[in-house]
Amino acid sequence: MILDYEVLKFIWWVLVGVLFIGFAVTDGMDMGVGTLLPFLGKSDSERRVIINTVGPHWDGNQVWLITAAGAIFAAWPLVYATAFSGFYFAMLLALFALFFRPVGFDYRSKIDNRHWRNAWDWGLFIGGAVPALVFGIAFGNLLQGVPFHLDNLLRPYYTGGFFGLLNPFALLAGLVSLGMLVMHAAVWLQLRTGEPIAGRAKRMVKRAGLFTIAAFALAGLWLTLGIDGYQVSAMPALDATPNPLTKQVEIVPYAWLTNYATHPWTLLFPLLGFAGLGLAILLSQRDRAGLGLVASSLGVTGIIVTAGAAMFPFIMPSSTDPNSSLIVWDAVSSHLTLTVMFWAAMIFVPLILMYTTWTYTKMWRRVTVEEIEAQDHLAY
Amino acid sequence: MLDSTMIELSRWQFASTAMYHFLFVPLTLGLSWILVIMESVYVMTGREIYRDMTKFWGKLFGINFALGVTTGLTMEFQFGTNWAYYSHYVGDVFGAPLAIEGLMAFFLESTFIGLFFLGWERLSKRQHLMVTFLTAVGSNFSALWILVANGWMQNPVGAEFSYETMRMEMTNFMDVVLNPVAQVKFVHTVAAGYVTASMFVLGISAWYMLKGRDLAFAKRSFSVAVGFGLASILSVILLGDESGYEVGDVQKVKLAAIEAEWHTEEPPAAFTLYGRPSNEDEETHDAIKIPWMLGLIATRSLDQEVQGLKDLMHEHEVRIRSGMIAYEYLERLRGGEDTPANRAVFEEHKDDLGYGLLLKPYIDNPAEATEAQIQLAVKDSIPEVAPLFWSFRVMVGAGVWMLLLLVLGFYFNAKRVIQEKRWLLRLFLYSIPVPWIAAETGWFVAEFGRQPWAIGEVLPTSIAASSLTVNDLMISLTGFILFYTLLFMIEMFLMFKFARLGPSSLHTGRYHHERPATSSAGMTPATAPQQQRESD
Repeated sequence: MILDYEVLKFIWWVLVGVLFIGFAVTDGMDMGVGTLLPFLGKSDSERRVIINTVGPHWDGNQVWLITAAGAIFAAWPLVYATAFSGFYFAMLLALFALFFRPVGFDYRSKIDNRHWRNAWDWGLFIGGAVPALVFGIAFGNLLQGVPFHLDNLLRPYYTGGFFGLLNPFALLAGLVSLGMLVMHAAVWLQLRTGEPIAGRAKRMVKRAGLFTIAAFALAGLWLTLGIDGYQVSAMPALDATPNPLTKQVEIVPYAWLTNYATHPWTLLFPLLGFAGLGLAILLSQRDRAGLGLVASSLGVTGIIVTAGAAMFPFIMPSSTDPNSSLIVWDAVSSHLTLTVMFWAAMIFVPLILMYTTWTYTKMWRRVTVEEIEAQDHLAY
Repeated sequence: MLDSTMIELSRWQFASTAMYHFLFVPLTLGLSWILVIMESVYVMTGREIYRDMTKFWGKLFGINFALGVTTGLTMEFQFGTNWAYYSHYVGDVFGAPLAIEGLMAFFLESTFIGLFFLGWERLSKRQHLMVTFLTAVGSNFSALWILVANGWMQNPVGAEFSYETMRMEMTNFMDVVLNPVAQVKFVHTVAAGYVTASMFVLGISAWYMLKGRDLAFAKRSFSVAVGFGLASILSVILLGDESGYEVGDVQKVKLAAIEAEWHTEEPPAAFTLYGRPSNEDEETHDAIKIPWMLGLIATRSLDQEVQGLKDLMHEHEVRIRSGMIAYEYLERLRGGEDTPANRAVFEEHKDDLGYGLLLKPYIDNPAEATEAQIQLAVKDSIPEVAPLFWSFRVMVGAGVWMLLLLVLGFYFNAKRVIQEKRWLLRLFLYSIPVPWIAAETGWFVAEFGRQPWAIGEVLPTSIAASSLTVNDLMISLTGFILFYTLLFMIEMFLMFKFARLGPSSLHTGRYHHERPATSSAGMTPATAPQQQRESD
């Protein structure tokens, strides 16, 4: 089946979103677990319990991130090129932090030494908290526009610095990202551990959940009142050969609200964000952590889609040369590549979901201190 | 124009992180199958020692795998961070195998690896074996897709340049997948990985035998690895990647450079055993040649010729001049003069656009290049010969050395006297680094031999980098070197520690370090009956 080019362009926006959500709900949760590790685990065995709730799965979960990067490379090559090289040190910061995780999980419990294990615990903390912050900060900068332009041969030039990325709004977006993943992870730990860790996790759900709701609301307000959006004022047909230099873009106040105004049903996304987080807190406090995890997953999804839908069709607006902005219709790959990739995704994503579910089912249990101590040389 | 120091540093960063990554990959590729073999024997026979073998070599596998994942992340990021123009220019083609690698291979490998380590108590025997098997399949699939991507860099088939989008676009996906260079590379690379893992298991097992420790365990591990290793080295050498050198200009240049053949010789060409190749003088000093050999190796015939570098450079000069016209008309087309006449001229010359871009380091607008600049670009159109000449010989030497060891190892193992051949066991132990030397020099030949191209005949490395500064690169390269050195030290520490501990690290109570101090035999009561059965 051959799909229309413009339909595929849209589908790929959805698919990249799906990969990001898949990443946040699974590996984002592992990052939250890493962030909480030194605080919710008081003894070595308690920390091992926390690690082993995600031990069998974190590696597979991380592939959502790797595949999201690969999919952006394949579907939006100019976005991959411009964002990764422009956010050079931010990307390297996230990357270096991520280095701590594979080795942290696998090496930590191989040596029975307090300093060794403590060092890796903080490594896992960095590997969780830093990328969670950086990805949020990146989103915060996309919403404000990024200082870059393209030359006539489509070479991207980034003209901002590293510290410019750390502006107040972007930092707030970083906190939303970190907060939601920490809350999501706390629900998971409440579900998968016994006392006393589960009790601590339950208290953390409430704190991180309320914090995230407040930060998300504040970011929304700030975006509405304080940040101008971008609007395409003229462009070729949606199915035209993609060329990001052929459109005109204006910076317009309130433009990030246009989509919500023209399609009011999309207001369900921010609503889903708030409701998901709120429900997760309520369910968790009533010890229904299983349903709570579903709710927090929906909340995380709502928050991500809220940002994506506000910007649509923009992916990476340029603040210094708005016409160079990268959008869904003109920063994409060819019709053939999108088609090939679409079918690859249609075949493999359901398979991945099936076998991932199988692994979770097989490993499902409450991890306890007794079990960890009994399997000293097998567990992480 | 990009700063040449910045490009140089970008190349250093990519080369060092990629070669570092490939310290861990080959072991993963091969050891995963060795684990499948060991565990299959366990499931079929129910003998516990094979489960212990799977678990112990699995532990070493895990220590290695963790760094493979860590350093693999860098590769997924680095095309975008440091090779932005490359990413834009070829992402339409190159990105697809990378994304499919994620969907088809990484997910499979990484989802099941966790259950391999942590699922022993929660899965049935057969389920666990299936998990191990799927991990191996996943890691080998990932080699397939990354080599499809890499093969396309060497020989970019199934794609065409579009002046409207200013990039290469895919025209036929199957051509990209079935690229002969990619197929040959895949077989060569995974088989080399199998050899690496075999040499690793053999070297450590040999050490246990030399120490008289855990003999039942060591001998069985040795047997599994020596058969697997011999079969693999035969396929590495017999299916070596020569056959891939016939396709595409880059591969022809690479072959001529490896052999330091400056002039096209009458077929069949002679093989240069020793020499001092010089790009400056365009000849090889003090060459010692074996008649006929090169023609036989490279073309597998007596009448096909191997083109020499000077002849290739003459062809390049013609194409550079044609590329200048292509560039001139590209500028016109993109500058608003998109007329049928301009398009026709551009179409005629567009296959040489990449050659025109070789002038970019010397002049912003290649269409206006002087004669002197053209000559400089022609000089640039082949890689530095001497390093290729030598690293290829190191690789081949390492391969032949391992073939020899594996043949002897297989023979004495089959005669059940391997334990008495202490000299051979020592050679196995000291030869543990050899497969890595072969793999690294092999990759060096493949990638340094591709220069000056990032994508063969399409995109020169000199314009593929991101618009970064020397300072940016100094900081990031220093960061990588420090972090990677630290990780390497930690990894080696653990690897040595657990290899020394041996199967005692499983805490089953059956192995060397867990025996009561008085017993001196290389076996424990639990393994003794098995030992006896074996000698029956």
